[in-house]
Amino acid sequence: MTVTAAFFYLFATITVASGFMVIASRNPVQSVLFLILAFVNAAGLFLMMGAEFLAMILVIVYVGAVAVLFLFVVMMLDVDFAELRQGFLQYLPVGGLIGIVFLLELVLVIGTYVVDPGLIRTSAVPIPPAEVVTNTEALGLVLYTRYFYFFQAAGLILLVAMIGAIVLTLRERVGVRRQDISKQNARTQETAVEVRKVPFRQGI
Amino acid sequence: MVIGLGHYLTVAAVLFTLGVFGIFINRKNVIVILMSIELILLAVNINMVAFSTHMNDIVGQVFALLILTVAAAEAAIGLAILVVFFRNRGSIAVEDVNMMRG
Repeated sequence: MTVTAAFFYLFATITVASGFMVIASRNPVQSVLFLILAFVNAAGLFLMMGAEFLAMILVIVYVGAVAVLFLFVVMMLDVDFAELRQGFLQYLPVGGLIGIVFLLELVLVIGTYVVDPGLIRTSAVPIPPAEVVTNTEALGLVLYTRYFYFFQAAGLILLVAMIGAIVLTLRERVGVRRQDISKQNARTQETAVEVRKVPFRQGI
Repeated sequence: MVIGLGHYLTVAAVLFTLGVFGIFINRKNVIVILMSIELILLAVNINMVAFSTHMNDIVGQVFALLILTVAAAEAAIGLAILVVFFRNRGSIAVEDVNMMRG
């Protein structure tokens, strides 16, 4: 077995096993950690396929941002996870049946399809040889020119997602005392200090 | 042994099935459902990159990048909705969500 095959089976096995643990583990914190493991190993698979930039982006975006976001939410929300596990066995037969049928269909498709050799010659943008142009550079050469509008649309989607997340989670708390500068400046001696006439030898 | 397109497609198919299976068996836990969706999108990305390499066409990687963007946005919005829902109801059980029905 060559080194390439060994690494492929290593990455593939860990990816699939941790993917299974994501859906099967009891504690959602463990699920998130297994999700991180799955993403890192998928990045290894991407590296083996020659998509170096996507592999690094996968590590940065998914492991660094999305998985940490999941971890934040899991730890922030005080959820009774044992109660959420109820009905796990109840859905297992139907879910298992659908999963097995689905996997069988996919395997049948993968086992029997053939790529038309003519299609390979008609690729839209061929990948330049890695010795001449690096993967990142090749991706940039296409992304910023030919697929410029897609790139802009992706940026717009991220902007909308950011604004949406902020609008959804921002809340105006009532009953919180905050500093109001204009109100403070508007105070004068007349409105702030009350002068009372106190009767002699009686107090208030 | 040569690792070809079929190997990668098999890994992606198994991951996709695991994602679908996870949605079915974790019907009550929205967080795990969101994680299952992330698994599905990862499987799609593996497919995209595998075909991109096999067809010698870099456009597949461009689209994988766009899918990555959409997946990140989807996770952010989904978790924001989850936080708001938890604030209102005090639980994240999916069965309670039908209160939003008109």
